[in-house]
Amino acid sequence: MKELVCIVCPRGCTMTLEGEGKDVKVSGNSCKRGAEFAVSEMTEPKRTICTTVKTAFPDVPVLPVRVSKEIPKDKIFDVMAEINKVTVEKRIKRGEPIIKDVLGLGADIIATSGVLDE
Amino acid sequence: MKKNYDVIVIGGGPAGLAAAIKAHDSGKAVLLVERENRLGGILKQCIHDGFGLVRFKEKLSGPEYAERFIDEFYEKKIDYSVLTFVTRIEKKENGFAVTLVSRDGVTTVGANSLVFATGCRERTAKQVAIHGTRPAGVFTAGTAQHFTNLLGELPTKKCVILGSGDIGLIMARRLTLEGAEVVGVYEAKPTPSGLTRNIHQCLHDYNIPLYLSHTVTRVFGADRLTAVEISEVDDKMNPIAGTEQIVECDALILSVGLIPENELAEGLGVKIDPRTKGPAVNGQLMTSIDGVFSCGNALHVNDLVDYVSESGETAGENAAAYEKKERREIDLTASGEFLYVVPQKLDLNRDNSRTTVYFRSREILDKCVFKIKKDGQEVFKKKYPFLRPPEMEKLVIDFDSFKLDESSELKLEIEVNAE
Repeated sequence: MKELVCIVCPRGCTMTLEGEGKDVKVSGNSCKRGAEFAVSEMTEPKRTICTTVKTAFPDVPVLPVRVSKEIPKDKIFDVMAEINKVTVEKRIKRGEPIIKDVLGLGADIIATSGVLDE
Repeated sequence: MKKNYDVIVIGGGPAGLAAAIKAHDSGKAVLLVERENRLGGILKQCIHDGFGLVRFKEKLSGPEYAERFIDEFYEKKIDYSVLTFVTRIEKKENGFAVTLVSRDGVTTVGANSLVFATGCRERTAKQVAIHGTRPAGVFTAGTAQHFTNLLGELPTKKCVILGSGDIGLIMARRLTLEGAEVVGVYEAKPTPSGLTRNIHQCLHDYNIPLYLSHTVTRVFGADRLTAVEISEVDDKMNPIAGTEQIVECDALILSVGLIPENELAEGLGVKIDPRTKGPAVNGQLMTSIDGVFSCGNALHVNDLVDYVSESGETAGENAAAYEKKERREIDLTASGEFLYVVPQKLDLNRDNSRTTVYFRSREILDKCVFKIKKDGQEVFKKKYPFLRPPEMEKLVIDFDSFKLDESSELKLEIEVNAE
């Protein structure tokens, strides 16, 4: 038995897990997303990361970005290192990629604000 | 800018944007006033995700959530003025005269009704009475967030966070991602203030320790903070002598609560509820002053922006429909188990058939029942597996079905340990 707090939504259900890996039995969740999260936590934990990237524009020194889909939890700091190498030099729009397929993880780093485009 | 508007909305964050859009959709002339140079309010610097799960069923970052409303606001060509402060509001025979100061100078604009969407501000070091010198390096979590996320300047290499409010937890993760060391999060209360999921995804994921019943009792340093003294506290939150320890750090980041910002509203004579620290309102979110509405974090501090937008829409819609009418108000009296309940009143001369009630419990409660009693008789109940103070609850209630009149006593209660 293992207890796990769901981080999918603000409800924050405390779930109880029985068994191992993909065959884990989940209880205490209020929805199906909770069960999916529990299985993913037991097999390959994933997270979203949100951060900023440097720009060449003094009016907007950093631009908020995030990964377009979740990445493995143990790759968070590797992805941060990649993002920190980049400087945005064009006035890009919200949703535009800054790095495509970062570290071959299948996720892009995308701008989450249109502030450069205003 | 025109000389007169139907509705003036003060504040261009998520509550104000939603209020302005809704009032405009009702066919009214609307002006939105914002003191910063861009719309979006605090969401501009809240670059983490998790916004909009209730409203859009998507995990958006703060800027993405705000820009959905900002895009709609611009498309609808609603009048607005940024870098503009409201310095004076006068009640007139018909409506209000609002004095604005901007780079264009001083102007006075008329309005039939007003929406206060002025948000909240953070409690500071002075308000939590920390002793010692006054070195640089003591920030509120929001200030640290502003430096990191908008200015691109990391404000610390090694820090202590006091208070387990959500912004503090979010900043613990954010600073760690950017390479700073977060020694720990210290909370004077015996339970965390922030959402449970944030304890997990912001602290546990990054091995940042959380110390409950601990507080910062002293700061050290001449020009820059060099260390803080941490003490354990007793159940009355008083520091216990002999438990002091010194922790070296270059920053102390405070996440010790938010206070609705209502100086402008209070200047007009709007009555404040000491529990929410925001205006006492009726089901239309109208304050004690006719034609003055309140929403978002100015009304009460929300944990989810989705509800901020929702209350903005309610206030905007009612401000647009506002015409002077006699009030017939009764109190919604909340028992001691509640930290607060919004709205605080119901106006029986208005529609109360779809009234949204927001509430928080004072303590963590298991297996409880929320009840509404009219003259001692139960007229509504809802079961909850648990209630936690950091997690606000929301209900939509048809109060008209209770057949209320001026003599009705409406009491809200929470029955604990119900089977």
